[in-house]
Amino acid sequence: MARTALVKIKPRRYKVGDIVTVASIIMHPMHTGLQKDKKTGKVIPAQYIQKIEVFYGDEKVTWMDVFPSVSANPYIAFNLKITKAAPLKIIWTENDGTKTEKTIQIKPKG
Amino acid sequence: MNRRNFLKVAGIATSVITVSPVLLKEQNSAKAQQQKRSYQEALKEITGGSPVKSSDKVKLIAPAIAENGAVVPVKITVNHPMEKDNYVKAIHILAKDNFEPRTLSAYLTPANGKAFISTRIRLAKTMDVVAIAELSDGTFLKAEKPVKVTIGGCG
Repeated sequence: MARTALVKIKPRRYKVGDIVTVASIIMHPMHTGLQKDKKTGKVIPAQYIQKIEVFYGDEKVTWMDVFPSVSANPYIAFNLKITKAAPLKIIWTENDGTKTEKTIQIKPKG
Repeated sequence: MNRRNFLKVAGIATSVITVSPVLLKEQNSAKAQQQKRSYQEALKEITGGSPVKSSDKVKLIAPAIAENGAVVPVKITVNHPMEKDNYVKAIHILAKDNFEPRTLSAYLTPANGKAFISTRIRLAKTMDVVAIAELSDGTFLKAEKPVKVTIGGCG
């Protein structure tokens, strides 16, 4: 089940050589596996984003190990050096293998 | 023959009795390990025992008081080049007293341009947050900051 995810580049206009900030967010509750459902009393099983991979064109430029103590709806921002016009793809993988993908186009001006 | 058989069975029984508490203990201790991991263990997993030096090259920005332990914003910048053979390989964020001290490990490459990570983590209670920068030459630098938590973040 793919989840809603957003990727944004700040600033919106950039050229080759600039270092921009890539902000990503994915809607996910990040269940730690430690909490009990208040109504049923049963432990809510662990369900969380475990890995994030970032591809700029064909190259994997950044990857992350994510643990359940990251807040729900994980927001993660990092920098990217603009070198070319190419797709920027982010893949979020959950502990049960579910994947969500989001691609945006990097289009440097000038 | 009877005695031989008896001794054989006794021998097997004794070895089973001796071995089983060891096996059970391993199972139990594996379970105990799953329940809680210390900060030192998590740190060892990251550094493999290498020394970690505090450095003001690692800038850890986190609130002194977090109103909501479920959403604590954390920003880390490492003042270090990001060149082909000399760059920040990873930034690890640890919460010393959380059930699992590791929160995020971001592996960077020179393509990032700058060593920077911003995210939001959960803190179960007031504790130190640690940022560890792993450099491409194998050294580890860190910065620590205590964060007071009024409402805990893990439910």
